[in-house]
Amino acid sequence: MNLDIVHLLIEDSVPGRRCVRTSGADRKAAIAGLPQAEVREQAPALPELSEMDIVRHFTRLSQKNFAISTQFYPLGSCTMKYNPALHESIAGRSHWNGLHPWQDDGEVQGALSLMWELQNDLAEATGLPGVTLHPAAGAHGELTALMILRAYLDGRGETKRRVILIPDSAHGTNPASCTLAGFKVLTIQSSKRGLLDREDLRAHLGSDTAGLMITNPNTLGLFEENIREICDAVHEAGGKVYMDGANFNAIMGVTRPGDFGVDMMHLNLHKSFSTPHGGGGPGSGPICVTEELRPYLPNPRVVEEENGYRLIEDSEASIGRLRAFHGNFGVLLRAWAYIRRLGAKGLLRVAENAVLNANYLRIKLREHWRVPYDRTCTHEFVARPKKTMRENGIHTIDIAKRLIERGYHPPTVYFPLVVNEAIMIEPTETESKATLDAFAQTMIEIAQEAEAGNSALHAAPKNMPVSRVDEARAVKEPILTWATK
Amino acid sequence: MPYIPNTNQEREEMLGEIGAKDFQDLFGNIPADIRLKRALDIEGGLTEQDLDERIKEKGSWNRPAAEGSCFLGGGTWDHSWPAVVDQLSGRTEFLTAYTPYQPECSQGTLQCIFEFQSMMAELCGMDVANASMYDGASACAEALLLATSTTRRKRVVVSKGLHPDARATIQTYLRYQNIEVVEAPLRNGVTDWNGSVDSQTAAVLVQQPNFLGNVEALDPVAASCQETGALAVASINPIALGLLRSPGHAGFDIVVGEGQPLGIPMGYGGPHFGFFATRQKFVRKIPGRLVGATLDQEGRKAYTLTFQTREQHIRREKATSNICTNNALMALRGCIHLAALGPKGLEEIACVSRQRALQLAEELSSVDGIELAWPDRPFFNEVAFRAAGGNPAVAQFKTTLAQNGIQAVLPMSRWYEDMEGVFTLACTERTRSKDIKRLCDQAQNTFRLEVSL
Repeated sequence: MNLDIVHLLIEDSVPGRRCVRTSGADRKAAIAGLPQAEVREQAPALPELSEMDIVRHFTRLSQKNFAISTQFYPLGSCTMKYNPALHESIAGRSHWNGLHPWQDDGEVQGALSLMWELQNDLAEATGLPGVTLHPAAGAHGELTALMILRAYLDGRGETKRRVILIPDSAHGTNPASCTLAGFKVLTIQSSKRGLLDREDLRAHLGSDTAGLMITNPNTLGLFEENIREICDAVHEAGGKVYMDGANFNAIMGVTRPGDFGVDMMHLNLHKSFSTPHGGGGPGSGPICVTEELRPYLPNPRVVEEENGYRLIEDSEASIGRLRAFHGNFGVLLRAWAYIRRLGAKGLLRVAENAVLNANYLRIKLREHWRVPYDRTCTHEFVARPKKTMRENGIHTIDIAKRLIERGYHPPTVYFPLVVNEAIMIEPTETESKATLDAFAQTMIEIAQEAEAGNSALHAAPKNMPVSRVDEARAVKEPILTWATK
Repeated sequence: MPYIPNTNQEREEMLGEIGAKDFQDLFGNIPADIRLKRALDIEGGLTEQDLDERIKEKGSWNRPAAEGSCFLGGGTWDHSWPAVVDQLSGRTEFLTAYTPYQPECSQGTLQCIFEFQSMMAELCGMDVANASMYDGASACAEALLLATSTTRRKRVVVSKGLHPDARATIQTYLRYQNIEVVEAPLRNGVTDWNGSVDSQTAAVLVQQPNFLGNVEALDPVAASCQETGALAVASINPIALGLLRSPGHAGFDIVVGEGQPLGIPMGYGGPHFGFFATRQKFVRKIPGRLVGATLDQEGRKAYTLTFQTREQHIRREKATSNICTNNALMALRGCIHLAALGPKGLEEIACVSRQRALQLAEELSSVDGIELAWPDRPFFNEVAFRAAGGNPAVAQFKTTLAQNGIQAVLPMSRWYEDMEGVFTLACTERTRSKDIKRLCDQAQNTFRLEVSL
């Protein structure tokens, strides 16, 4: 970890210093014929730097990050698995990244064949035959699916069905996407066993039900055992079931949402299918739907014809577009490569080992931390500080910051909301037993510190470029650019 | 198995500690009747070497525009970028990091986003910019949502000169918010706003330069918005801002756009990134992530995600947007590229792109059968032509060029019924005089045949 202060680019700027040069520029010739009102009088105040300045700046900044390539990252519901080196090498080749999106289909048969295969593979993995690779991220996929549901309901004249039921353990994007698609949200409680409360669900199903959004396995890392009954109940009430596929890593090759009654779902290729998170994207959130909903998928889609592959926009019922062009192709390419490396057998091994690793950590930690739903979990589980620790004034935030100090990226904290002070741990299948053992040992030591009320926990982290930051100040005195006075 | 480190022996040990007999047992909480009783029908198990061969074979079915000469534009352009962009953005400390929710171990990503926000705001002439959007099209839709929620009005006016995918995206995003989308028509290659903006209008959206390549007048848009209380929104090509004035300078309220020209490979259309810049007064309505500077416990400067109460993970159904993951790594590329360009470098690229387009306009319009579609309209780096032979001639021209390794010609009739025979060509700093000459030679051949037929 680089502890040095790295200046802002603008602070190192020296008038007249250059990096990129392009020959032949003639401003006078360029502005000839342009309306004077639209010509920029003054160049934008961008930094003036040399290439070396830029290399040092960004290299040093990179050393102020935790990343999968440097640290264990047991971030619940985010599936921070290893991102294979080969994928980056492939995606950087001009045969892929040199394609223009308006090239004719005949010029891009390699790209279209790959998208076609990926569509088929995702359909097979989910048991849902209609696939679009269009959405740019998971939340974008949710929104796409909810709009499909709106279009489907409107097409049937069912304009009273405007309520989406969402469990209280759901990701925040679920309700936010509902609002954007013009639905109302009704929250369903979790049962004492950490599963969707079936009685509460039944009580809220009715003639206004558009559907249910369910995460399975849920954010507590528990498989919704009654999923088939739940889906049946929603269907009987005239609704559709949407599954948030963020946790698909746990069930690949084990069970298929299409087989247990789900009507539509999204997949996060940047979680389950190993494409890198990039510090917050780009992701890709394909959605998979039943045959009945297929006509509503967004444009365009890839089809296979006698003479090759084609992009089509032929469905009148389609909801249209939610972005430009044909999806985050570079992400699709990496996911395709991942699937071809692993195949059916490998995907099953992924799920098995993800679940094995999570349960192994759960067993290691259950005596030292409170594990509110302490039974066999899927790919993740939720822990929390014990009452005695909290009485010492030690909270989840302190645990997270102490973990940073000890060289681990913290688990997801304070989520799901149904567990107070949640610590949500997802190790993924790409971590070894040795890494898990070392992490467990660290967690046990931190538990002992917390039990002892060690005040060092409040001061952590001490060995990072910065200590705990004043987030309230960032809102009260907003400084969002370097020009802010 | 690739990427799974545990050995069989380790797995046995771990199963033993858990108290599970085997994996069947471990998955015991998934009811037997919904367990898959067969293997998935998915091909795989290739070694890295086999996969590399497979991908090379598939790659050989593509004819990448960037390898020949590329005159295609329409929202994605064949610009160059310095090698430092690939080298630095490819650092795995950036590539494999998560969203910087834990600021102490994410200062690298956070400072990069802060610098990105700073440069985008400066470029657009705005006070603030966010950490990025999916792309330019979805950024347009989100800008209109901000405008309707701020003004509490239910009608937006969108230029028909906006990218057709962005117009389609807006239709989809706004459909279920009961917002009326009015499209202002094109007249002589630019938007005709006549009478479309009134006191019920929440926002007016114009693309600069527009999809036909023509430069729009920003002042009348800003003026009519000022008069009616609507928000003025511009979607811009960031490279054009090396030469053209910023919409902020013209009095606009929101500036969005497609960041691809700033160091992002064309990549068959994605991932690119969208940007979103606006005035300080709208900061609490901005969609997506924002990074702010603050202090740590010791009083040192520190960066953190801020104004998170706008966002879905806090506000859930009341969030300003549902966006979570954005296109951070692409924005980082944009950030590095802008730093490498600096004010002079950006201006040079803008100038050369425009100069090449001027050259192309002059040379191609001197070919019999081709003329400038709107000879009086100024353009930036993209020019609209009209073929006397109509759409069939355009299609023939496109095919001929592609056969000769020139990816060019975007037929406008695909999106505009009244634009028979109109097509656009784009230039960048990568366009060489000899590329223009080759294209014009092909035009001579194609259209001479056309005339003689």
